[in-house]
Formats: sequence, C-alpha cells, structure tokens
Amino acid sequence: MNTNTVNSKKAIAQLTIVRIIVYIILAILTILCLFSFYMLIINSTRSNGELQGGFTLIPSTHFIQNLVNAWNDSSINIPRGMLNSFLIAALSAICATYFSALTAYGIHAYNFRGKKFAYWFILAIMVIPSQVAASGFVQICYKFGLTNNYLMLILPGIASPVVFFYMKQYMEAVLPMEIVEAARVDGSNEFFTFNRVILPMLKPALAVQLIFTFVASWNNYFLPSLLLTKSELKTVPIMIAQLRSADYSKFDMGKVYMFILLAILPVVIVYLILNRNIIKGVTSGSVKG
Amino acid sequence: MKEKKEKRHVSYAKWGLIFIAPFFIAYIIFSLAPQIITIYNAFFENYRSGLTIVGPNFVGLRNFVSLFTPDANGTIDILKYTGNTLLMWVEGAIPQIVIALLLAIFFTSYRLKIKGQGFFKAVIYMPNMIMASAFSMLFFTLFSNVGPVNQVIQAMGWADATIDFFSMTVTVRGMIALMNFLMWFGNTTILLMAGIMGIDQSMFEAANIDGANSLQTFFRVTLPLLKPILVYTIITAMIGGLQMFDVPQVLTNGFGVPNRTTMTLVMYLNNFLSGKNYGMSGAVSVILFIVTGILSLITFRSLRTQSEEA
Repeated sequence: MNTNTVNSKKAIAQLTIVRIIVYIILAILTILCLFSFYMLIINSTRSNGELQGGFTLIPSTHFIQNLVNAWNDSSINIPRGMLNSFLIAALSAICATYFSALTAYGIHAYNFRGKKFAYWFILAIMVIPSQVAASGFVQICYKFGLTNNYLMLILPGIASPVVFFYMKQYMEAVLPMEIVEAARVDGSNEFFTFNRVILPMLKPALAVQLIFTFVASWNNYFLPSLLLTKSELKTVPIMIAQLRSADYSKFDMGKVYMFILLAILPVVIVYLILNRNIIKGVTSGSVKG
Repeated sequence: MKEKKEKRHVSYAKWGLIFIAPFFIAYIIFSLAPQIITIYNAFFENYRSGLTIVGPNFVGLRNFVSLFTPDANGTIDILKYTGNTLLMWVEGAIPQIVIALLLAIFFTSYRLKIKGQGFFKAVIYMPNMIMASAFSMLFFTLFSNVGPVNQVIQAMGWADATIDFFSMTVTVRGMIALMNFLMWFGNTTILLMAGIMGIDQSMFEAANIDGANSLQTFFRVTLPLLKPILVYTIITAMIGGLQMFDVPQVLTNGFGVPNRTTMTLVMYLNNFLSGKNYGMSGAVSVILFIVTGILSLITFRSLRTQSEEA
C-alpha cells in the first residue's frame, strides 16, 4: 500500500514534468508559426524611414498611410488584383464543388455500366501532378488565343478528383440509398432532385470544399503566371512575384509589407472564423475512418 | 408492374451517366488532351528564337538527349535540379514528419490530456492556408540585407557585417526547407492524429495492462499500426515536394540563387514554358511524370495493403 502511493506520487510528478516539456514544445512551435506574421503586421504599421531605422516589436502609426499608398500604387494595382483573384477563386470554387458533388452523386446513387471503372479512374488520376498537363495546356492556350481568358483557369476545376473523393466519402456517411430513394419525388426530374433535395443535405461538406477550393485558387501562382499577360487581368500572387522582381532598393518598405498583408488577409480572416470546420475537413477528406 | 420497375431502373442509369459527364468532358479537355500534347511535343523541336518560330520538327529523343547532356562545366542540369528538389524536400520533410508524429501523440494521449488543443491545431495549420508566394516574399523581406533579421544581428553585435542570406546555398535552402516545414507540419499532424485515433483503443489498454511503458507502447503498438498511414503521408508529401515551385521561385526571383543551387524541377519547367520552348518543356514534364508515376505506384500499393488489412 505504502509503496503504491509512493509509486503513484512518482508517476504524477513524472507526468507533470512531461506535460511541462510538451507545453514548452507547443509554445515554441506556436511562436515559430506566428512570428513571421506578427512581424508582417508590425512592419505594415511602420513608415519606410522607421523600417530602415531598426527592428522593433511595437506597432507604429503609419498603417492607414501604408494602406493608402499600397492601394493607390501606380505600378501594382492591388485592388484590381484582389478583385481579379476573387472573381477567379469564387467561380472556380463553385465550379469545382458543384460538379464534384454532381459527379459523386452520379456514382453514389445510380447503377450503370462502367460505374466501377469511372470511380477507379478518378482515384487513379488524383495522383497525377497538374504540372504534367501544364506544358500542353499553355501551348493550346497560346495557339487558340485563349491566354488572358479566365475561363481557362475556372473550367478545369470541373474535374477535381480530390473534391470528388471528399464528396463521395461524405455521401457514403450521410446519404444512404434509402434517403436517396425517399428524396426522389416520383415523376420529378432527377436533376431537380439533386439540386433541390440532395444539395441542401450536403451543406457542411459543400462549405468545407468551397473554402478549400477558393483558397487553393486564390493562392495559385504557377498556371495564372503563364497565362495572364495583360497587367489589368493579373492576380494577386503574380503581383507579389512582380514585387520581388522589381528594383527592391527603391521601394517604400512599408508599402511592400502592406501588399503582402493584403495578399494573405482575406484567407486569414476566413480561417480565423472557420478554422474548426477547416481542420475537421482536412481529416475526413484524406484518411479513411 | 415488374416491367415498369425495370424500365425505371434503366432510365435512372441514364442519369448517372449524365451527372458524371461534365467531369469527364472537362478532364479530357483540360487534363488528358494537354497531357497527351505535352508528351507528343517532347519528341519535337519547337521553340522561339527571337521572333522566328522554329519547328515543330520531329527530332525523336533529341530533347531527352540534350536534357541529359552535361554542359560546359560538366553538370547535367536536370539531375542537379532533381537533386536540389529532393534535398530541399528532405530537409523540410524530416522535421515535418518527426514533429508531426510527436504532436499527434501528445494530442491523442489520454494520460497527458493537453489543454487548448483547438488553439494549437488552429495555429499550426494556419501557414498551410497562406499564399505561398506571399509567405515567400515575406521571408525575403525579413531576411534581406536591410531586413529585420539583419537589423537584430547588427544590434546584438553577433556579426561584424551584414549577412547576405541569399548568397549562401545553405541559408537559401534552409529558408526554403523551413517554409515548407511550417506550411506542412500542421497538416501532417492532423492526418496522423486521425490515424492514431483510428487505432483500436483496446490495443493501448492491453499494452498498459501488460506493463508496457510509453516508449514501448509507441514503438511496439502505435508505430506498427500507424505504418500504412505514415507511408501514405510520406509518399503524398514526396509527390507534393517534387512539385515545389512557388516558394523557391519567389524567394530567389526565379534564379535559384546562389548559382542555381535552389532551382527545382518545376522552376526548370517554368523557364522553358515562359520561353515557349514546348519541346524541352514537354521533355521535362515527361521526366516529372515518370518520377511521380513511380512514387504513385508505391502509394497505391501501400493503400491497397492498408485496405486489405482493414
């Protein structure tokens, strides 16, 4: 009895030490993750002179001034870039999510010849990197005058194997065939049933995938940088890369930090509001059970 | 009655095909056809020299031969860039997987009962959502010659002169690896956590009753049962790593400084593509496709054994 309590006391002490170490590791990682963004926010509040003057962790007062300077910059039209990015991201998110749900429902709810093949085919193409198609895609776009055409960045989203896979998994969990049968109104058009009855039942999954596909498109740099050559059509990541290639020494650094902040801000805001759903979405999509 | 039912069944099948049609049409137009054109063009000479367009002329395997021909200094670019890509991936992926595994165990441990898990998960996953090119530009400004990092080093008197982080291979690769680590370790943590929570709890209880300590439990129970998911995570991360582009492209302004030691495969592809050299870009794509294909095959094999076990 006595040795038992001594042992358990020892175990509790050990556990406390382990716990402290774990929290220290977590604190270090938290700082590592947040520090560069903290510096970004601080530096976006400082004037160019202050930024040249030295390092500080305390915000200054030039936030509005930097914002106005960045917003009205003559060479980098960031409001236009944000509008362009938003347009492409929103439309491609809707395309990718809607058609993935439609495809998943087509395979989930109907029996037809080649259904198994279609399913395995989509899984197989999931692992082919999109860059492999890029060369031919860019070539076609230049040949047929389809560069600077947003449809070339939006429509490919219709075939999004990863989103399809997520939707299929979700349907298997929440949409058993009995519900599908019940949802069908006799004599009503199947397409109508999908839009009016099935889609509302998929709302949580649709929301998660809308966020993921929106963010992926908002951040996308590779293909847009090859296809969008007109300056008024450029998206935010292209503008950020332009900032990098510009003559750096002549720049107002306060403005540069503000550009970077504006580029990531929309996603950060969405993330702050919806991070719980987003993190849940990460697991349910990629790992089975 | 029976006949009517069968009829209905047939008409439903039609709907399945209609619903999956847009996906396959879009896939053929925007992915499959471009992929075939990419591979086809790898066997043609097709580039611009000034204003004149050369080709397309069939040249057989000449594009591939020139890809693997050493330049004046005896380096074979594509091998160098493949090496850079894999090396920088490994430098980021090792800490990524080790730390993710540790965190996944901390978060799922019923003995530790870590508080504030929601907060920590939100923080470590956040860099994954950030625009890679903006994150990279941020690192560039922070580590530039007049940036805050150098200001701190000067103020503390740690170095006599400004440290030019972009003139040394080790620091540029280090920055790229650090960014990749920060962007992906949260994601890996969450995937591995799901894997650990999927393990039958009675396994841990049994190990506990048998008197196994935490380390024994980890190496004898958790790790072997987690292996399929771990393999899957590592290989998908490797396929992602082969596509590394935004971060090194923006950080080094597309040059892979210093001396192309941070140039990746996709940056190389991008150079040919922006120069409209479709023959060479096609050949690089084919190499990228083959390397990824080999890795994907391994992924599928590991996935299949996983589902057979389940």
